[in-house]
Parts: sequence; structure tokens; C-alpha cells
Amino acid sequence: MLVLPGEEIPSQGLKPGPGTYRVGGKVYASILGLLSPRPPFVQVIPLSGRYIPRPRDVVIGTVADVQSTFWLLDIGAPRWAPLHMTGTPWKVEVGETERFLKVGDSVVVQVENLDPTGRIGVTMNGEGLGKLEGGTIVTVSPARVPRVVGRSGSMIQTITRHTGAQVAVGQNGRVWVGGSPDAIRRVSAVLWMIDEDGQRPGLTERVESYLLATLPTSESGREEPKLGGAPREPPAERFVAGDDGLATPEEAEEPEGEEEPEEPGADQD
Amino acid sequence: MGNVGAKEVPVLLTPDGRRIDGRRLDELRPIQIRAGALHQADGSAFVEWGQNKVMAAVYGPREVHPRHLQQNNKAVIQCRYNMAAFSVDERKRPGLDRRSQEISKVIAEAFESVVFAEEFPRTSIDVYIEVLQANAGTRCAGLVAASVALADAGIPMVDLLPAVAVGKVGGAIALDLRKEEDNFGEADLPMALVPQSGRLVLLQMEGHMTEEELAQALELGVSGCRAIYEKMKAALRERYSITPPSGGAA
Amino acid sequence: MSEEVAAEIRTTHILDLAAEGRRLDGRGPDEYRKVTVEPGFVASADGSALVHFGETMVLAGIKLEPGKPFPDTPNAGVLSTNAELIPLSNPTFEPGPPQPGAIEVSRVVDRAIRAAETIDLERLCVTPSEQCWTCFTDVHVLDHSGNLIDASLLAAVSALAHTTVPAKRFGIAEADYPLQVQHFPIECTFVRLGDAIVVDPTFDEERAAQGRITVATDETRRIVAMQKGLVGAFSPDDVKEVVRRALVHGERLRAVAKGDRP
Repeated sequence: MLVLPGEEIPSQGLKPGPGTYRVGGKVYASILGLLSPRPPFVQVIPLSGRYIPRPRDVVIGTVADVQSTFWLLDIGAPRWAPLHMTGTPWKVEVGETERFLKVGDSVVVQVENLDPTGRIGVTMNGEGLGKLEGGTIVTVSPARVPRVVGRSGSMIQTITRHTGAQVAVGQNGRVWVGGSPDAIRRVSAVLWMIDEDGQRPGLTERVESYLLATLPTSESGREEPKLGGAPREPPAERFVAGDDGLATPEEAEEPEGEEEPEEPGADQD
Repeated sequence: MGNVGAKEVPVLLTPDGRRIDGRRLDELRPIQIRAGALHQADGSAFVEWGQNKVMAAVYGPREVHPRHLQQNNKAVIQCRYNMAAFSVDERKRPGLDRRSQEISKVIAEAFESVVFAEEFPRTSIDVYIEVLQANAGTRCAGLVAASVALADAGIPMVDLLPAVAVGKVGGAIALDLRKEEDNFGEADLPMALVPQSGRLVLLQMEGHMTEEELAQALELGVSGCRAIYEKMKAALRERYSITPPSGGAA
Repeated sequence: MSEEVAAEIRTTHILDLAAEGRRLDGRGPDEYRKVTVEPGFVASADGSALVHFGETMVLAGIKLEPGKPFPDTPNAGVLSTNAELIPLSNPTFEPGPPQPGAIEVSRVVDRAIRAAETIDLERLCVTPSEQCWTCFTDVHVLDHSGNLIDASLLAAVSALAHTTVPAKRFGIAEADYPLQVQHFPIECTFVRLGDAIVVDPTFDEERAAQGRITVATDETRRIVAMQKGLVGAFSPDDVKEVVRRALVHGERLRAVAKGDRP
């Protein structure tokens, strides 16, 4: 159910969780989003807005600034996230940071810790983390990440099966896409479609029909699509959210296209 | 406000209680709100309210520029209310004049009263309001647009912030003044309401009213705000509601 | 929305696509985004037009005021063009004094309007040396998703073409009358992406661009203004090629603007 800031929500004895607040024994939504009881909490899952980091999230960022012992990453969050030189698999000397990453370079990192000042600690030490080479980054709303991934990664499988592209989804809505320029372009178009239109039911069908309609002609590519066949092996070195347990908890509980439509007249007076 | 030019004062109120545009005293001008009007902003809204056209955009929470404004325990809310040069009869020089700066300040403070800014320390939430066409009540239209834009940007807050001006025209308390009523009326009182708590977080007044009239004006303004609140919610529901499966053929 | 920092790999991808004659949004190298023109958007202006180039949105408004002619042009009215790249329109803009980018847009738009003799300035003269009209064109960029110059000029000229001179309001004549547009300049902007030169760049393409070139032409096929911008270079043959393309696009965009007349 869609709720708006200031709307009282039926708490049924549940405690106010993220996206809610309590005044005088009543619970209200503080953000626009979907009401989601998760005992013992009632919470509102955002449908818009910037990426709000959570520990263990794997995200894609771009270097915005280089200091002598750390880099500042734009991960689409309220603040830039510092990546300290010790948080990398490299031996970095003080003042040598720019030899490894410069402004505009993109990386896959994991959120390690958040402190009360809003500082977002990230690390590049871990499987599937590192500097991104080649491909491109497509940005979607962080609220759309569960749709991009699909149930148990089904959307990503659909996309990779029809394009031969590699796809890695950051929880912050930045999606890395690798492959031939044209495969990347087709995947980008699909991601924008999901971003624009991901709330409407029938998303998988729309995505598939777009991908089938844009299959490259024989002279322009070696991407023989295997329709209906076994999915291609997932890209080995890349993490794929949804396959590695790093996806958001919402994802499992938000089956595609099955939200109940708004009750008409709910906001009439 | 005030007796501009003091030429012929138009008839602001007919004996049967109709205003210069035919409205009754407690009637709002037509309002249309569109949430999500811009591509680049984190949140946005376009409001057409009578002859006003106002665009609002929200960026953030994001890193603070300039840095010295950063607050260690909460987000700063920065507001820029600006009027386009062509938005008024007499061309306005581009840039912020003293009026715009004052309005920016009171609007920023109104939002600070409802946004959970402590969730985003050391960041900035930037609210931009551009008046494209003005016909009295632009600060209220701007506030309404900005409030919808804040919700569209996913900013946590106590409530949406409906706003409206009440005034005194032809000796009577009237809701939502238009330009002639603002220019030739006796008082103007813009306000913004937090519906959840019933409290006012923006309140200005200029003109002459008695104690009884002020009480009446507050009551009329609060009920006007509640009507606008429903329109704000409807605009957000329209943007974020899910098309029923039977509805859209694909 | 656009990221505040451009990712290098996306820039490379844009260049890779361009090398194959493709673009991120599926357009060809010589294709504009969808262009719409909505005249009369602002009732408080003497003339106005809201222009979309895809997600780019620009509003131009015209205001005329009585003024005094410049001493060296006693028989001519005065034109003033100003573009505001307000921080509402893009995450990379900040409040403050006009940035060089905004001033460049203002000046390139202004040059095209002047050089094309869009308005017959003598018709804006009321009494030689004494009184004339000052025509203010204010361009308000609302959503900056690339190619502000073309969108701003199209908005400005479309607004001028729908402007009423408020002669009655200022007691200068018995009745208001339409401002006549005698020429209709159109600006076409191209950016270099590797060896490719593509028209109507998006914000990301501008960030990836290795040079930008703008050509303004009018309906008589005169070339009336040019501007090379950003870091990068063009050969004389490149310039001839973009002029040829600008003439074709100019004709089409002029028809779009005129076709939308109410």
C-alpha cells in the first residue's frame, strides 16, 4: 500500500521502523513508499530518493576526489564515501593514491560501517570487489534495484541470455554492463525501461519483447541468442546481486507486478 | 499589498458575496499539481494555481556547498526562491532581491520544522523554487510545489506542507487572494500548516485586521490548507500509483 | 538524474558507440531528440515559449519596455538577451553569480538573434534619439539534459515570434501590435566523439565531447553565427560538413516551431 509523509499507518502493535515515526501512540509514515509490516516492526520502503547505505551492501561508485591517503567516492548516497588506501588489495603508499585510482574511475566496493556523523566507510577488499575496466555504468533509482535483479536474479538472467552482456547490479542503483557496444546499449535501454516503468505489471514480458525486437542482425555481431535455453553462465568475476545473497531483503518480498492496485477513492474526502 | 497607484479601486466584493473573479469568500482558485516534472532533480513538482505557475526542484541530501554551512548533527536545508524576469507585469531584474531572500529564508525554516534533518548529518537538502508566472500567493504556491518535490525526492518529514494566503477584501475575510485583491485589499496573511499536528510553520501578515478577523482568517486558512493537502496527496498518488493489470493494455 | 561526477568508463562507452555510428539513446549521429515548442506558456510575458529537446526544458520570456535609443543608433530599438542556468536545472550548477557557461549561452543566442536581423530594430524606435522599445529576452533553463544553446535560441526566437508590443499599456500607441520577426535563425550544435560528429548532444555526450561546434543559419540559408566550444578541434572540412547538416536541421526545426503556432 502506498503511503505518504504524515499519513497515519495501522501499526497493529508493531514498533515504528524505518520510514515511520510515532507521536502520541500513533504511527505515521515519514516518507513516500510502500507500507511493509515486518514484525516486530512496521516500516515504509522508499519508492524514490537517493541511495541510503546499509552495512554489507555492494555498491558501484565513481572517484570524485583524491586525497593523499584515501579517495572520495560518489555512490549516489547523501555523502561521498571515503575509501581508505588500506581498504584496497593494493600496496598504496601515502601520497601515491592517484597512481591507483583517479577522478572518474569506477569501482565496486562494499559498505563496511556507518557512523552517526553520516560517514560511509567502504572497502574494496573482498570477492567481486575492485576497479571496473570497460563496459559502462547505467544509473537507475535505488528503489528499482529489486526489479532489475528480479526474483532470484531472474531479470538479470533474462537480460544476459538475450544479449550476451555481463551485468552487475550495485545496491545503490548503479549498474555495470559489459560486452559489445551494441549489447551494452540494448541492456541500457532495458534498464531505463525498468527504471521508468518498473512498477507496472508485465515487466518481464516487456523486457523480453524489447530484447527480441532488437536482436542484432547477423552481420553485426556474434551474440547468438539462446532463446529458452539454459542461461549463460553468470559472469564469473563479477558479483551479481541476487545470486550472492547481497541483495536487499525487500527483493524477496516484493514479487514483480503483484502489488495491489490503489484502492480508488482512498484519498477522497 | 497596499494602495498601489491609488487609481480606481476595483470592486473587490459584490453585495451578494462574490469576488472579482466570481469566487466566494472561502473558495480557492483552481489548482493543478504535477509531481515529478523534471528529469535532473532528485524530486520535483510543477504547480499551476490560478494564474501562478511555479516549478520546484529538490537536490539532496548531498554534500554541502559551501562547506562552512555544514552542520555536524543534521542536514542544512537551503532554499532559493526566485522569480523569472518575465513572471510579473513589470520586468524584474534577474537575481535575488531582498524580498526573494526573505521568502527563501522563511520557506527554508518552515521545511526545517518538518524534515527529519538529523537523519542526514553534514549534508544539504537544496530546495529550488522558480516562479515562472506570478499572480499573488507565489510563496504559498512555491511552498506547495517544494513540499511535493521533497516527498518525490524521498525526504523523510513529519508531513506535507500545504500553504495558502488569507486576506481581507472589501471588509470581509477571504481565502486565497488574487493579484487585485492583494494590491487593493486590506490585509494579506500567508500561512503553511502541518496537517498532522495542526500547527503553523509559516506565518506572515501585512495590513489591518481586528482580533476577531484574525481568528476567522486563521480558521479559514487552516481549512484551505487542508483542501490543498488533499490535492498534494492526489498528485503524489498519481505519480506513484500502480496501473491496475486490467487498465493498461500492453 | 545525472551523476555529479562523470564515470570515465561511460565516456569510453559513448566513444565506442560513436565509432560504430550509434548513440546511447539509440539515435543516429544526425538525429535530434524529440523537439516540441509551446508558445504562450507564460501569460505575464509579452511573448513566451517553452521548448523541449527530449528531457532538456527551456523557457524563454519576452518583455518590452520604453527606453532611450543608444546615441550611436538613434533610430533603433534595443535588444537585451540573458540566459539563466539556474541551479534547479542540473545537479552540477550552484547558486551564485552567472557562471561562464551561462554567459556563453546568453552571448551565442544573442549573436544569432542580432546577426540574423531577427527583429527589425528600426521598428522598435518610437521617436528618434528620444524613445524606443527595449526588448528583453530572458531564457530560463529548467532541465539541463544537454544542448542548451539550440534549445535556448529556439525558445527565444519562438517567443519573439509570438510577442505582442504592449504599446497601449505604456500609452505609446492606441493599440498593442504584434512584434514582427523578419528572420528565424536556428542554432545547431554538434560535438566530436572520436571521429564522429553528432548533433544535439545529451548532457553525458557533452561531458564526453572532444569539442563542440554551433552553427546558426536562417531561412535564407545565411550562416549568421558560429561558436566553437569545449576542449577539442575541428578541421575546415569538418566545419563545412556541420554547416551543411545545420542547414538541413535548421529548416526542419523552423517548421516545428512554426507548425506549433496556435
